[in-house]
Amino acid sequence: MIINKKIAVSETGFIFNPATGDSYSMNPIATEILEMLKKDMSEEEIKNFLLEKYDVNKSVLQKSYDEFIDTLIKLNIIE
Amino acid sequence: MKRKKITVAVTGLNNIDNPGPGIPVIRGILESKIFDARIIGLAYESLEPGIYMHELVNKSYHIPYPTAGSDILLKRLEYINDIEKIDVLIPNFDAELYTFMKASADLEKMGIKTFLPTLAQFEERQKTLLPMFGKKYKIIVPHSRPIFSEKEIYELSRDFTYPLLVKGKYYDAYISYSTEQTKMYYYKISGKWGLPIIIQEFVEGTEVNVVALGDGNGNTIGAVPMRKQYITDKGKAWSGITLDDSSLLSLTKKIIKKSKWKGGIELEMIKTKDNEYHLIEINPRLPAWVYLAVGAGQNLPEALVKLALGMKIEPYKKFLKGKLFLRYSYDLICDISEFEKLTHYAEL
Amino acid sequence: MKKLNFERPIIKKLNVGPSHKFGLKTEFEPLTHIDEISVKDMLSEYGSPLFIISEKSIRKTYAEAKRAFETRYPKVQFAWSYKTNYLNAVCNVFHKEGSWAEVVSRFEYDKAVDNGVDGNKIIFNGPEKTEDDLNLAVENGSLIHIDHFDELYTLIEIAQKHKKKPKVAIRVNMDTGIYPMWDRFGFNYENGEAWEAVNRIMMSNKLDLVGLHTHIGTFIMTASAYAIAASKLADLAVNLRRKYNHNLNYIDIGGGFASRNTLKGSYLLGIDTSPAFDDYAEAITTSLINSQLDPENMPMLILETGRALIDDAGSLAGTVIANKKLSDGRHATIVNFGVNLLFTAFWYEHKITPAQEFSQHSETTSLFGPLCMNIDQIRESIYLPALKKGDNVVVSRIGAYNMTQWMQFITLRPNVVMIDTKQNVHVIRQNETNKDITGLESVPEHLKLK
Repeated sequence: MIINKKIAVSETGFIFNPATGDSYSMNPIATEILEMLKKDMSEEEIKNFLLEKYDVNKSVLQKSYDEFIDTLIKLNIIE
Repeated sequence: MKRKKITVAVTGLNNIDNPGPGIPVIRGILESKIFDARIIGLAYESLEPGIYMHELVNKSYHIPYPTAGSDILLKRLEYINDIEKIDVLIPNFDAELYTFMKASADLEKMGIKTFLPTLAQFEERQKTLLPMFGKKYKIIVPHSRPIFSEKEIYELSRDFTYPLLVKGKYYDAYISYSTEQTKMYYYKISGKWGLPIIIQEFVEGTEVNVVALGDGNGNTIGAVPMRKQYITDKGKAWSGITLDDSSLLSLTKKIIKKSKWKGGIELEMIKTKDNEYHLIEINPRLPAWVYLAVGAGQNLPEALVKLALGMKIEPYKKFLKGKLFLRYSYDLICDISEFEKLTHYAEL
Repeated sequence: MKKLNFERPIIKKLNVGPSHKFGLKTEFEPLTHIDEISVKDMLSEYGSPLFIISEKSIRKTYAEAKRAFETRYPKVQFAWSYKTNYLNAVCNVFHKEGSWAEVVSRFEYDKAVDNGVDGNKIIFNGPEKTEDDLNLAVENGSLIHIDHFDELYTLIEIAQKHKKKPKVAIRVNMDTGIYPMWDRFGFNYENGEAWEAVNRIMMSNKLDLVGLHTHIGTFIMTASAYAIAASKLADLAVNLRRKYNHNLNYIDIGGGFASRNTLKGSYLLGIDTSPAFDDYAEAITTSLINSQLDPENMPMLILETGRALIDDAGSLAGTVIANKKLSDGRHATIVNFGVNLLFTAFWYEHKITPAQEFSQHSETTSLFGPLCMNIDQIRESIYLPALKKGDNVVVSRIGAYNMTQWMQFITLRPNVVMIDTKQNVHVIRQNETNKDITGLESVPEHLKLK
């Protein structure tokens, strides 16, 4: 998964896509995941990290993660 | 003379093609010879241009919509006030006034002064109650009735003839020529502003408006009549001219005197060909064209701040006739980083 | 190290609209405790969903209402409207506070008697009272509020069989300027029907006319409508005295006071716009005091308000079952309580608050119940933090009508608990079992499968 090169992500969770002019806002966990994706961490690594840090079970995490990635793809933020 | 330093918070920064009164009110205050005002913008939406007009607005904050309730609004204002120490707050939207009036005692405790109509004044001039208002103050008003269901639209012909006006509780008004159109507007407006919808007789004539300020004891501090010269396709004034109309002024003074109106007010009237004035709407605040009054010699925003601060005030006796306002648009350039800052921190 | 609370990752497109933080109707604080008792603890002990009633809140609201009226009028009596919430524990809080009972059916009447309410402190309203019901009410000396002429004539007949004169009032309907006007109950004021009913009663000499009653509508947002109602009833009472030299014991102004809920379609919140008890009290009592009623014989003022007294005290706690994307891209959240338990979701934009900590990032979602029924929607559009499966939410202000209008559709009703004023939690209605429902059924022999 590669983050669209043109996309600017700030640590506040603000995303700006200069190609489309759209901007987005993310909650802290979404920002955290995107940061990890930027560092080329794998899905397994990211999920393990989150399981370690947060009070969440695997299936809820998997579903939330898939849904989030799906949205990022739809928004052309990752490809 | 050294000008008095004050901090004034203002809403209605939506200075767009259908502008809110915020920016014109701010211009009036900034032109004051007695106040040296720091302006705090209170915005509901991220793209209200006033937020980005840094030469007029020193700092802006997001505030919650009135629909979130006065508790949440107060919490937010408390936070803002801790930083800014607001002296006077001027709300400029019809839809938010109720909430601010309810909150005014709590604001006072925080040291924030307002100068708003009383709940009773605010209520009795509601569009739905206009017929009663007319009766009480002996003023001609068009026949009107609130409706609560689509069913009632089909029964309108009993006491109305087409065309008629379909109006929302707070905003929006359309001329309707048929039942079908009425139905369309009914859903369009109720979807946005809720029920009831007000059906009002269409009175033929020239629309004339007055901006005025009442001191709450029956005195009119200032009043300037205006006729729209040109309107936009949204029905808003594009240009208007002050009017030398003494009967309109005395009617205004009568309404303010009898109702002991407190605060800014805009009266919308139709002058018929028989020179009768029909009061079609009362807006309980200063309108977006208030800067015309400033330009014509009556700085009503400044006067409102004085009243709010409990300062002595002499009523304005005259204004310049034949003054025009021409609204124009202007493209403001700002960087996305400003937008980011606003959306993230809710202040800019 | 304690693990952090997990919130679903969300991303939201920014537009002209409000900032995500202070924009819409999202509540700032999670609702983790009710009367200092943990919502999550109650859910794990008593199951989810769970109705929670605060005795403290009932008593506090009642005290407020009582003060509003008693400081303005010499004789005030509340009568608890059973139909609003007739769980016995709830009724008894009101009875202990001094409320009479106001019932509208035999089922409710019997409930009041079983709760220990004296017969002469039960007001019997409603369009359906059988001869049997009427006989019992007359025997017990209850206050029978006559709804129509058929009932009036029946009662005159019945009266002959009893030693006691039945104590009656008539229900009057009238135009108070509010919409819609309720004219299906009682006798109309404007067309003279109410006055005719009064005359029939007085002329019959068989009934003891003790009061006049009206109930102008429901969720009335304008207190001034009650002023009109009170003055019209006072006029009737004055005419009655003039013609028959007969004084009434009471004027019953009914109920219909709005609670602090927000009605669908209204722009501002109910907590900001609904009149307070003081507003209603001011309108009603001023109207009575300024009427031509004889100051020496002012009638007692009876109030049957239900909703405004109990709504705040009830909460419904539940659990998120799932999150979904709808075909048009909207987000949807499914919770384990639906319109079967929350009938008032049809009328109100209920206040719904997560029961755990959350970040200030919110999303717009549609909140659906678990029923296999398309209309099972709790909120069409609500701004909530990103909830995940297993999270808990609390619906506030649901004390009125839900525990009487709930339906047993495809599932069973859950526990109802009451937190008493000393913070003890009591189950006041057990969750239903299959046997409670199917035990009433029987299958003909030839249809049995086993």
